[in-house]
Amino acid sequence: MAIQNKAAANKNLDSIRKTIANHKRHDFIFASLGTLVIASLTITLLILFLDLVIDGYPRFNLDFFSNFPSRRAARAGILSAWIGSSLVLLVTFFVAVPLGITSGVYLEEYAKKNWFSDLIEINVSNLAGVPSIIYGLLALGLFVYSFGLGQSILTAGLTLALLMLPIVIVSTREAIRAIPVHIREAAYAVGATKWQVCHNHVIPYSYGGILTGVIIGMARAIGETAPVITIGALTFIAFLPPSPIGLEPPFINFEWLESGFTVLPIQMFNWISRPQLAFHINAAATGAVIIMLTLLMNGLAIKLRYNIRKKIKW
Amino acid sequence: MNPENDLIISQRLAKNFQRNFRERLIEFGLLCSGLIAIFITLAIVYVLVSEAIPFFQYVSIIDFLTDTVWTPNYSIKHYGILPLISGTLTTTGIALIVAVPLGTITAIYLSEFASHKVREIIKPILELLVGVPTVVFGYFALMLVTPMLQKIYPDLTTFNMLGPGIVMGIMIVPYIASVAEDSMRAVPMSMREGAYAMGATRFQTAIRVITPAAISGIVAAYILAISRAVGETMIVAIAAGQQPNFTFNPVESAATITSYIVSVALGDLEHGGIGYQSIFAAGLTLLIMTLLINILGHAVRKKYAERY
Repeated sequence: MAIQNKAAANKNLDSIRKTIANHKRHDFIFASLGTLVIASLTITLLILFLDLVIDGYPRFNLDFFSNFPSRRAARAGILSAWIGSSLVLLVTFFVAVPLGITSGVYLEEYAKKNWFSDLIEINVSNLAGVPSIIYGLLALGLFVYSFGLGQSILTAGLTLALLMLPIVIVSTREAIRAIPVHIREAAYAVGATKWQVCHNHVIPYSYGGILTGVIIGMARAIGETAPVITIGALTFIAFLPPSPIGLEPPFINFEWLESGFTVLPIQMFNWISRPQLAFHINAAATGAVIIMLTLLMNGLAIKLRYNIRKKIKW
Repeated sequence: MNPENDLIISQRLAKNFQRNFRERLIEFGLLCSGLIAIFITLAIVYVLVSEAIPFFQYVSIIDFLTDTVWTPNYSIKHYGILPLISGTLTTTGIALIVAVPLGTITAIYLSEFASHKVREIIKPILELLVGVPTVVFGYFALMLVTPMLQKIYPDLTTFNMLGPGIVMGIMIVPYIASVAEDSMRAVPMSMREGAYAMGATRFQTAIRVITPAAISGIVAAYILAISRAVGETMIVAIAAGQQPNFTFNPVESAATITSYIVSVALGDLEHGGIGYQSIFAAGLTLLIMTLLINILGHAVRKKYAERY
């Protein structure tokens, strides 16, 4: 009897051990699966990058950056594209950053909690979800034809500014929200007005967070293609816009805003669309330039955010 | 009261008035830039609708929604949006088949299995993946993924929906992973501790406790992914062929709503012509689709809101 009991107990124990071993195996299998998925994502990113660099390698020389696009692939360069990209981003920066920061400050510090601020908030989060090509259509109908700005650098800059705006607004709000109330209370206690509190305390303390958002937004704007194509940007540009800085007074001119242009991703798209393989090399080289820029900027933003999180202790 | 005191008081009042006036002015200025979001939304709706109205006077809405041929550039013109919608849905479907399992596994792994250190390394990598421009992904789809697929399936044409769909899936994995992970991390620690105390393993806790608790956030992540995929332009414009084709077969080439808009915009746009108006009608369709998806997401979120 006793022996039988013991055998039954042993059997029971065995089955429990088996179950536990089984469960542990499931744990192990899932953990390996997770590692595998993440490793393959990382490798994909790496392959993507290396593929562009290797394919585009023959074009990595100074001529590529100082030549206009050409019908002969080996002599074609991205001069007009990178200058166009820089000028467009300049416009984007000066439109989106002030608007985004003030809008964020209003929503976080001034707006009272009511249906109206809810409405603005819903709008901001919806705008972040609107496909980028819709912004292109908006710009085509509004900026190009209604406002008569044409297919110019100004139009492209404004279009990308619309895209970047929600990113700047959201990051501004998050940065402001992280500032504890007692900072504001201390300022109010010594008689500061609301604007003084914002201008001297809230905004300066949230610079890091805002900057992170601005960098991420700019990185996105560099690679954004669809909306710029939609406004009708030309794909073959063999001239430069008038220089923004002159040697004679008044030194700065704004004629470049009305100039035609092309940008890096459009140049790349144009070269991919051609059947000749030689142009695909150019496309890869351009892609390598774009991806290096965006990876650098995103990396910078991530580093910045990490530093802020580590450094600031209120 | 001496007059000197009066003067000081009136000076102060004047200064106060000035100060208040300035504050009001600044508040008004800030309000104006706060309104920009509403202005942009209104402008989008206004532009799309006002440019699409003349289009719908020319093409009846019923034809637009039921005709299965889209040939605005041929001599016999057909304006049926269905081929563009089928292209959009097929590429989105392929992308989801790739992204949903990968994204969910990544999210569960990062939230429940990975150590703090691993998470600190992986999350920035995912963010970098989000930052890759779509035109680069398009190159990737056309030059690398499709040739690889052609080795497995030799009949595959250069332009097809499978390659771009898969690449789009890879592109949206980080979106799913980061949103789903956030919602899983928001599940209170006590629930995990309860499960562990009952003898559950990590895997059991993750699947039977954490996932159901975070389901609203996970579904929201899927919906965000759908709306990204529907609105994605460059990958399909580069690698799927821009030829409208009423099919759900992933090995055929096709155009999506977005790639149609791009292909028209690349040509000579005649302002006010039917081609010009057709891209606004297509854009309006796209906007309504994403709007419906977002509303669905909102409803799902509300229905399964966290109740712990």
